[in-house]
Amino acid sequence: MSLTKADIADRLFEEVGLNKREAKEFVDAYFEAIKTALESGENVKLSGFGNFQLRDKNPRPGRNPKTGEEIPISARRVVTFRPGQKLRARVEAYVGSGD
Amino acid sequence: MTKSELIDRMAETQRHLHHLDVELGVKSILEQMSAALADGDRIEIRGFGSFSLHYRAPRMGRNPKTGEAVALPGKNVPHFKPGKSLRERVDYSRD
Repeated sequence: MSLTKADIADRLFEEVGLNKREAKEFVDAYFEAIKTALESGENVKLSGFGNFQLRDKNPRPGRNPKTGEEIPISARRVVTFRPGQKLRARVEAYVGSGD
Repeated sequence: MTKSELIDRMAETQRHLHHLDVELGVKSILEQMSAALADGDRIEIRGFGSFSLHYRAPRMGRNPKTGEAVALPGKNVPHFKPGKSLRERVDYSRD
């Protein structure tokens, strides 16, 4: 099973009482707000869930794994997610392969 | 940006909603996402990214204070893989 934007919107309709259109818009606006913050260079800290952090990577030499050819990897900014204590604890308790 | 700042910014784009409803909505989304992962489910948000669990095998650890060996059980940890659109938007080198 996997959770999608449609599932999230359905729950907002049931739990928060937004109508279907509002719920769909709300979910889009939520992920867009996080993306906009990250795009503008802000880290995003959602207590209880986790932090989205920006990391600046230096350029480094890389290799095409198929051909073995050397290709430079340019300097770049990437997003990493650090789960918070509360989420870690909840997930740790899950006994399964995670697949 | 913190959770309360996210709520405030969302409230500005969702002007037809009461601030309290925006707050409830944001908290509901976060709880749904945490609950999905706690149930071992994946989260897939197109353009943003996907969350899944990565299994960490049991291992022997050490109590850093006493140096004593302790058996650590296997566990799952949350993992996030940014989607293409998010990766492209944060990467300043792709302006």
